[in-house]
Amino acid sequence: MSENTRLGEIAHARSGDKGNDANVGVVAYTRAGYEFLGNWLTEARVAEFLLPLRPREVRRYALPGILAYNFVAFGVLDGGASRSLRVDSQGKTLALALLEMPVPTPANIEEMRLQ
Amino acid sequence: MAVIRIGNGAGFWGDALDAPRLLAESTRLDYLTLEYLAELTMSILAHQRTRDPSAGFVTDFPIVLESLLPALKSQPALRIVTNAGGVNPPGCAARAAEILEAAGMGDVVLATVNGDDLLADLDVHLAAGETFANLETGAALSDVRNETVSANAYLGAAGIVEALDGGARIVVTGRVADASLTVGPAVHEFGWPSDDWDRLAAATVAGHLIECGAQASGGMYSDWHNDLPLADVGYPVAELAHDGSLIITKPEGTGGAVTTGTLAEQLVYEIGDPEHYLTPDVDADFSNVRLTEEAASRVRVTGAVGSVRPDSYKVSVAYRDGYMVSGTLVVCGRDAKRKAQRCGEIILERVRRAGFELARTNVECLGAGDSLPGVAPSGNDPWEVVLRISAHDPNREAVERLSRELAPLVTSGPPGVTGYTGGRPKPQPVLAYWPTTISRDRIAPVADVKTAREWLA
Repeated sequence: MSENTRLGEIAHARSGDKGNDANVGVVAYTRAGYEFLGNWLTEARVAEFLLPLRPREVRRYALPGILAYNFVAFGVLDGGASRSLRVDSQGKTLALALLEMPVPTPANIEEMRLQ
Repeated sequence: MAVIRIGNGAGFWGDALDAPRLLAESTRLDYLTLEYLAELTMSILAHQRTRDPSAGFVTDFPIVLESLLPALKSQPALRIVTNAGGVNPPGCAARAAEILEAAGMGDVVLATVNGDDLLADLDVHLAAGETFANLETGAALSDVRNETVSANAYLGAAGIVEALDGGARIVVTGRVADASLTVGPAVHEFGWPSDDWDRLAAATVAGHLIECGAQASGGMYSDWHNDLPLADVGYPVAELAHDGSLIITKPEGTGGAVTTGTLAEQLVYEIGDPEHYLTPDVDADFSNVRLTEEAASRVRVTGAVGSVRPDSYKVSVAYRDGYMVSGTLVVCGRDAKRKAQRCGEIILERVRRAGFELARTNVECLGAGDSLPGVAPSGNDPWEVVLRISAHDPNREAVERLSRELAPLVTSGPPGVTGYTGGRPKPQPVLAYWPTTISRDRIAPVADVKTAREWLA
């Protein structure tokens, strides 16, 4: 059985810009969620989710002290704040969109929600 | 002094004007920092300076300083450290000095920190072998040299420390790394050696967590809920000790919240590799930072470590890159999204028929998921959408033509076009961002420390 849940059930997030690159920090609510995301929320999956924004590359970094992964998506901001033609020129809403990403519901989902 | 309390009352130019005063009046602070400079701000200020040599600093700061006069009078130990100087710290200091003198505070010592502005000596640096290669594209600065309007190094804490050691009560800098506004006071108070990397890293984490103001204390928090009071959100305060131990809190009785959740989100805000958060002060490793809630809105921050600082400064260059315009219409009724898209196509076709080929254009149907095209969930076709149409072109006339084609859609487009208010949007010069670096030994930060009265002499 592989019903989906949304990433926002097991993590919260914040995003912002550095020039033409954006980052999204994804913070798991619990250690179980962090371990699950370590296996599941790969660079490749995030890059695929962001594909319409044509990332040049997505890199993942771990912050185990706060149960977080930081994703840097290179080249996704239409030139960055100074020349982007998009309303969200700084990628501030990217985090909220990523939290809507469908995730195959883990068996121990209850251990991953905000306690 | 065992512990210093540093509050940040501004996270960007445009932040709440009352926040610094409310913060200073609602809790005891040793230092109030005010951070105003986003990546783009320096280029806008540089553009203003080309029109008026006395301009080029953050004009919100004099207004804020005026509001802080009672706090400065009643709290003799309170000091202010701000990057409001922009591309003209002496101009900013002179304006601040006028305000202080008029309030009978002409004896207050006011310092500027200079040395970040590379524009005047850019060719000297180029001749000496600096290429200022673009960190994103690798291109050499010579490609856009003639269009350059500003070039600023992100200085570290050294100039601020020099100013505070010299007795300054108010320190006005140009471009410095945001976290250095906090590191400066810590080094001044605690006398940490410049290679005490772990403590510099702890102060850098403190600065990073408070630099965006209310983003640390409930603003932007993705676990937003209706019961989190934000109208009176408290701005963050760092309690930093000599040994580098750190608590982030906010004034009692204010809205918002400082929790492990709000701080975790702020820790990852606009960072790259968390093992190497680079500033001119230290190469800080955030990856093992831990957050522990000790009491309501009191969170202990541990685990930051540091290593030797980079041997170059980050530099932000801005160059003229044509013109941009952006305008909106509201499109209502059945098929709102499809009609809005068609409106966009009609506008662009009319611009073409007028003889202009726009280099870059974008049509967004806001309300239908276009804020992140293809990524944001779009839902069903809404009854109304905001059509936002934008263009970028070297030719100002071409961009201006687009702005003239919005209003006619009300009478000559599909039904349901409304919301045309405020006149034609005005084309703006694009000052594009060019991130680069310069060798550390080519920069000499220097503080200029004088009383307000001396600044006016």
